[in-house]
Amino acid sequence: MNRLKNMKRTTKANFATYLGVILAFVIVTILVNNGMLKRSHMGLLVPICCYIVMAVSLNLTVGILGELSLGHAGFMSVGAFSGVIAAMSLAEAIPYAPARLVIAIIVGAVCAAIAGVIVGVPVLRLRGDYLAIVTLAFGEIIKELINCLIVGHDSEGLHIVFNYNGSKSVEDLHLLEDGIVIVKGAQGTANVTTIASFTAGFILIMITLVIVLNLVNSRSGRAIMAIRDNRIAAESVGINVTKYKLMAFVTSSALAGAAGALYGLNYSSMQATKFDFNTSILVLVYVVLGGLGNIWGSIIAATVLYVLPEALREFADYRMLVYAIVLILVMLATNSPAVKNVLIKIIPHRKGEEDNG
Amino acid sequence: MKKWISLLLAVCMLFTLVACGGSGDKDTADDTDTSGETADAGTYVFGGIGPLTGEAAIYGNAVKNGAQIAVDEINALGGVQIELKFQDDVADGETAVNAYNKLLDDGMQVLVGPVTTGSAIAVSAKLYEDRVFGLTPSASSPDVTSGKDNMFQLCFTDPNQGVAAADYIAENRADSTVAVIYRNDDAYSQGIRDAFVAELKANGMEAAYEGTFTKDTATDFSVQLTAAQSAGADLVFLPIYYQPASVILSQADAMGYAPTFFGVDGMDGILTLEGFDTSLAEGVTVQSPFSADATDDATVSFVEKYVALAGETPNQFAADGYDCVYALYNALNEAGCTPDMSAEDICEALVATFTGGFSVDGLTGSNMTWSANGEVSKAPNIYVITDGKYVAA
Repeated sequence: MNRLKNMKRTTKANFATYLGVILAFVIVTILVNNGMLKRSHMGLLVPICCYIVMAVSLNLTVGILGELSLGHAGFMSVGAFSGVIAAMSLAEAIPYAPARLVIAIIVGAVCAAIAGVIVGVPVLRLRGDYLAIVTLAFGEIIKELINCLIVGHDSEGLHIVFNYNGSKSVEDLHLLEDGIVIVKGAQGTANVTTIASFTAGFILIMITLVIVLNLVNSRSGRAIMAIRDNRIAAESVGINVTKYKLMAFVTSSALAGAAGALYGLNYSSMQATKFDFNTSILVLVYVVLGGLGNIWGSIIAATVLYVLPEALREFADYRMLVYAIVLILVMLATNSPAVKNVLIKIIPHRKGEEDNG
Repeated sequence: MKKWISLLLAVCMLFTLVACGGSGDKDTADDTDTSGETADAGTYVFGGIGPLTGEAAIYGNAVKNGAQIAVDEINALGGVQIELKFQDDVADGETAVNAYNKLLDDGMQVLVGPVTTGSAIAVSAKLYEDRVFGLTPSASSPDVTSGKDNMFQLCFTDPNQGVAAADYIAENRADSTVAVIYRNDDAYSQGIRDAFVAELKANGMEAAYEGTFTKDTATDFSVQLTAAQSAGADLVFLPIYYQPASVILSQADAMGYAPTFFGVDGMDGILTLEGFDTSLAEGVTVQSPFSADATDDATVSFVEKYVALAGETPNQFAADGYDCVYALYNALNEAGCTPDMSAEDICEALVATFTGGFSVDGLTGSNMTWSANGEVSKAPNIYVITDGKYVAA
């Protein structure tokens, strides 16, 4: 009991976050097992998990590191396509689907991390809004590159053709009889065996939370926040600015890649155009509405805002209009001092956090 | 205080919208209730998925309206009734799967759709898992049906369109120099282009120039047109949708370049595009299964009803939607299905019917039959736009 009292406030908040996610998972699992959820709700579970991981990881870049990233969907795209390629080509070698899913997610995370290093190393040395511009371009470049990518797999291994001038097609892979085409350029992936599951999504969220929350509360995390708050002061006490910026950014992109792999293996078909600027902004909206630097806020915002357009299907054509109005209302409400006062009265201990934020 | 007032106003606005949306829903519910009372034979629930909003909305709405006309006609006959529930997917695979799950919750027995290819591939895998029968009016990639015995197409596949266009050109315009301008980040465009170029080569011809564009660069084609012109092309093949095609036509006109433009079914709709000078489309060759200017009774009656419902001339997608409902209705009757059967039983019965020599006459082709891999077999028609109308070539 004493230990609980002596715990730091942030530690308590972190445990509350873990507990909340676990509780939500248990409740949903019970509902699913008792057949109390409709199909339309069950279909949303995996994408919600993906978008939660996306939002939490973007929060690391935008909220904790304080750099604007407008190409987070690009990392998701890298993870999605590399993950699908890995899972599909290992289909015979590893028949056990969950093991294949884990490998696909790791491959997706590693590939996205490499992309993160390539983007981050030159850009994070600069001051100002360069990261926003470069990640914006990165998202578009990745889209175009994957549109040129043709990948197949047969008993001889992976076949990759890069269709840079538009003259190559699936025939140029020269696949054997037993071969399968995994990525067909602009036509994206097709006939992917969907192996993603809600449990996998939940575990991925927990891993993401462990990584992000521990990073934030570590020595490195404090260095990262010091850079956000005052770069010059941070440099003056000997913090290696580029190193810590890169640490946060690459972690963020790796997690986005993992989310992408899970997403890609949840749909039998996806196109690179899905991961465009709009998707990046969608995730940024989750982060901003959930609160910059507020991890559990991102989780709730991603869940609510993903479910909302589906819940509004009753409105038919007015669906997105209502969605936009709700967004505006949420923004007005969370910024209004009156609502804040009410919140503070209900949850008195949050006062300190409000002041910090 | 001001903020609270604005908040209040916004809430009021929201409720007005809710009221509007709610009343709309209520009307349709009332309709189905009354029809349910008069019909003893029961009601089938047909689901539909297509983009009703967003940039591809014109296709989804056309299919929805076309299908609705067919449903109304069938319901007016008495006997078995059909209820059409159409959900929006914004032409996105992820949203389409969500829409599909929603439709299953609403008791869908047969699916008309999805309208666009990417959505259709994503949903067809689910259809196969759940054993629900699907007939897509317009998703034309072979991936939609491959490996799924209960997914069928009413439109031509992309490769078939490319092959038919290349054969037509080799037969009728063998001496022409061909250029292709296509959108290389679009499954539809790329699929037709691949088959077209391969078939052209098989016929001993070659594309003198191939220009590409993407979703983001679909507003300026001066580079591609200049290159096509300097390559000496007198026939430009456009396996693209009509919005970018309209830009190509007006830019080619502005630079005084006048080759024969050859479009496929995505070109259909160019004559009804708002703000487009239809005189620019004169002489454009279109390969399309449907012409609203045809004079047979079925087409004339359909066009009349469509204009009354939607206020515009129907395009090929509307006709596809209409044919889909009739194909399903006839197949259900032939298979001896009844509305109280589960989606799974209906699916097995329909698969057997569709692959068992079932044929149907529709607006987009007569004597349409289906092969076991889900492809439709019907004859493509070539039209030349003359005086703002489709004239058979």
